[in-house]
Amino acid sequence: MAAAGRSHATRWGVVNVVVVLYALFPVWWIVALSFKAPSTLTDGSYIPTDWTWENYKGIFQTSEFTRALINSIGIALIATVIAVILGTMAAYAVARLRFPGKQVLIGMSLLIAMFPPISLVSPLFNIERSIGIFDTWPGLIIPYMTFSLPLAIYTLSAFFREIPWDLEKAAKVDGATPAQAFRLVIVPLAAPGVFTTAILVFIFCWNDFLFAISLTSTESARTVPAAIAFFTGSSQFQQPTGSIAAAAVVITVPIIIFVLLFQRRIVAGLTSGAVKG
Amino acid sequence: MAEIVLEGVTKRYPDGSLAVRDVNLEIADGEFVILVGPSGCGKSTTLNMIAGLEDITEGTLRIGGQVVNDLAPKERDVAMVFQSYALYPHMSVRENMGFPLRLAKVDKATIDQKVEEAARVLDLVEFLDRKPANLSGGQRQRVAMGRAIVRNPKAFLMDEPLSNLDAKLRVQMRTQISRIQRRLGTTTVYVTHDQTEAMTLGDRVVVMRQGLVQQVGTPAELYDMPRNLFVAGFIGSPSMNFVQASLTPDTLRTPLGDLPLDDRMRRELERRDAPREVIVGLRPEAFEDASLARDTAGPTVTVTVEVLESLGSDAYVYFTAEGGPVSTAELDELATDSGLADTGAGGDQQIVARLDAATRAREGQPIELRVDLSKAHVFDPKNGTNLTHPES
Amino acid sequence: MSTMAEPAKDEAKDKKALSAGARQERRLGWLLCAPAVIVMVAVTAYPICYAVYLSLQRYDLRFPDRAEFTGLSNYGAVLTSPFWWDAFWVTLFLTVVSVAIELVLGMGLALVMHRTLFARGTVRTAVLIPYGIVTVVAAFSWQYAWTPELGYLAGLLPSGDAPLTEQWPALWLIILAEVWKTTPFMALLLLAGLALVPEETLRAAMVDGATPWQRFTKVMLPLMKPAILVALLFRTLDAFRIFDNIYVLTAGAHGTGSLSILGYDNLFTALNLGIGSAISVLIFICVGIIAFTFVKLFGAAAPGAEVKR
Repeated sequence: MAAAGRSHATRWGVVNVVVVLYALFPVWWIVALSFKAPSTLTDGSYIPTDWTWENYKGIFQTSEFTRALINSIGIALIATVIAVILGTMAAYAVARLRFPGKQVLIGMSLLIAMFPPISLVSPLFNIERSIGIFDTWPGLIIPYMTFSLPLAIYTLSAFFREIPWDLEKAAKVDGATPAQAFRLVIVPLAAPGVFTTAILVFIFCWNDFLFAISLTSTESARTVPAAIAFFTGSSQFQQPTGSIAAAAVVITVPIIIFVLLFQRRIVAGLTSGAVKG
Repeated sequence: MAEIVLEGVTKRYPDGSLAVRDVNLEIADGEFVILVGPSGCGKSTTLNMIAGLEDITEGTLRIGGQVVNDLAPKERDVAMVFQSYALYPHMSVRENMGFPLRLAKVDKATIDQKVEEAARVLDLVEFLDRKPANLSGGQRQRVAMGRAIVRNPKAFLMDEPLSNLDAKLRVQMRTQISRIQRRLGTTTVYVTHDQTEAMTLGDRVVVMRQGLVQQVGTPAELYDMPRNLFVAGFIGSPSMNFVQASLTPDTLRTPLGDLPLDDRMRRELERRDAPREVIVGLRPEAFEDASLARDTAGPTVTVTVEVLESLGSDAYVYFTAEGGPVSTAELDELATDSGLADTGAGGDQQIVARLDAATRAREGQPIELRVDLSKAHVFDPKNGTNLTHPES
Repeated sequence: MSTMAEPAKDEAKDKKALSAGARQERRLGWLLCAPAVIVMVAVTAYPICYAVYLSLQRYDLRFPDRAEFTGLSNYGAVLTSPFWWDAFWVTLFLTVVSVAIELVLGMGLALVMHRTLFARGTVRTAVLIPYGIVTVVAAFSWQYAWTPELGYLAGLLPSGDAPLTEQWPALWLIILAEVWKTTPFMALLLLAGLALVPEETLRAAMVDGATPWQRFTKVMLPLMKPAILVALLFRTLDAFRIFDNIYVLTAGAHGTGSLSILGYDNLFTALNLGIGSAISVLIFICVGIIAFTFVKLFGAAAPGAEVKR
């Protein structure tokens, strides 16, 4: 019995290790590249033979990268805040209120979740140029928040539906004013859902590439994913591999931090909106 | 503490449907009143209107002499226990129970003292610092009770507080609720769909159906003198047996046999000009094993025992009456509510008799039963009125 | 959108029967939804209409003054062009193959996450990384991995092979990158579906004599069907708009360009807004057809359905 149990455990151990390796291998490769000196870049080894911070120093000395990093953070944060605020309002209505047109809203957000962004690139490119927000922060914030709104509404309304609304009644009978009921009971219960949604929306905005390369033309609004694609080596004969790897690692760090800290919440958020029996 | 008075209270929903119609009820200070009825009868709506969680469309509601129709729940000083307990998941037991006091801006020391006191009464002292998620169902129920009693409100409102507990715990908590209510002497309105709970807990019971009050009375009154077919069928377990009958001047012709009318019944039926076709209601204990009967008065019927259930103290005997099941709107609603409609027990009318445990009834054998006509009721099939009720 | 007119009509009809409270509730509902609706309509519905308008014109960004209305000729040009059809088939191939692989792998991964005895948290965390990582970053990692001289994976190939410069190897590598990145998402959706399969039902099947495989195909899969369909719908539509991976790995060279790449190139390399817009509209129609097919075939399982409760 004990032996069977052990072999069972071993089997699961092997499976788990395979899964973890699967998930981490490409990530490790780019990390390894980012720490390699130019001379050893091509040695193909998984672990850098001599570790160097040169690539990181290099990218942080160019405005090309630092500016893009500021753009990425600023644009993703602002778009997240707006999308979560608008999403919270709409999701509250969807989860709690009865009003005609709710199905229309749900249908519309579903449509937009499926919308091919490339179909918007050409018209938005032209519209943004004519109203003067092409290659600016708003030029990216607007499409980001739009495309993350369905995600926000879905996830939040799933979370809101989980809140036992009897509690609101209970609070009222316990002597709370509507404002107190909201502040002392509803907000603490809704906060985790809102926070989780914010993380998901941030990841979504942080990730975008198509809008970032289509709706920007200079450093002024270009985000890191787009900037990486335009990296050039420090001299024209040098491939920018090291710089790209370093920049890639830098923008992966926040994601890894989110995932490590909020793994459970992210899983709940991702699945709650999509599948509910 | 206060009395609660409902005068012509009505709830009409936006779509025009009436949830509660013209309820008149005076609940005395310290009284324990039960609202009971099948789901959708308006009992919870009535309770929510008393709590202030739903608006009153028409009528007046007074708590402690003050009209509270337009007061927010906060200003009514009532405490409520919800079916789901509605404990705040982000607060510990201590914080949950202290929450109403905290909102009332009571100082910290007093809150602590009152919470400790309530916790001692409810046997919750060791759980005070746990979160609701880490409590069992019974413990959660007690926390919900605790939250109600700490603040010493004018009234307790309880909305099916025991229906999420398993059967054994429910009986235990039932006696505990009763004990606490008696000790505190707080006016209590208690909603349930379980007639056993209603009968065992309440000083008075209000039976409701389709938004209308059917009858108000003590448990004994409801049991012995139901005003109509609905109350008769709803109260009592096993429930009252019903058979079709034709009325002749001095006999009830039933599928079980002819039952001669006694003086009381003849008088009432004449006074009310009873129709020819009626429904006769007999509680299981209206039957007696004729061979064991103490007095030999009263008619007897002979039936064939189909199922015998011996409970030690009593024996239940099941048999069928020919002539098909009795069906009226009231009885159909009761059957649907209790789930009997789903048991597939169609066909002939099932009758159950509660006999002395000493009975010699055997399954498949005939038995002679004596019928106690003083416990029989005659109902008008058209409107369900109890034609033998002295006042109706 | 024309559908937005409906609430107003309903309101007029029901107004009399509504209490003040219910009217207040619907007004609050609309008020709360309005900002989101306005943003979504303004940023998607208007541009797509504008795209239709642009697509009916000859509009070359190099000669903006010579724009003129040309009817459907842009569509004619696109649909008779081999570029469109090559990109179309490439996209379809990538979509079908990668979603199929993801479904199988994702189901395996979901079962591992569901059943594993220990380190469940670690496995889930690890699996979330491909989901969260910036696609472009992952794409660069793969590109370097397959670049001769530089990459560990290229090193495994016969020397001199550059898989990203030949059509079929490149397509498979694109699929690999897609699958790596999106399988975890698929697995998480399926995991949520797995959680809906009651343990008791599986035990009942075991008692009834079902083999593990039968339990999986006859009990689990049917019960998970809604979750599987939702996952498939999301992933199919997502895969159909594949762009980032191709852009980084091959830039669409060697016959690996998807429809999104084609649209992008027409706009920013050929600077032809008319043709680019026609491609945009056509892609939109394709996605519409896919979504419609899914919803029609599986009706109630569509993600919108669950919200009604």
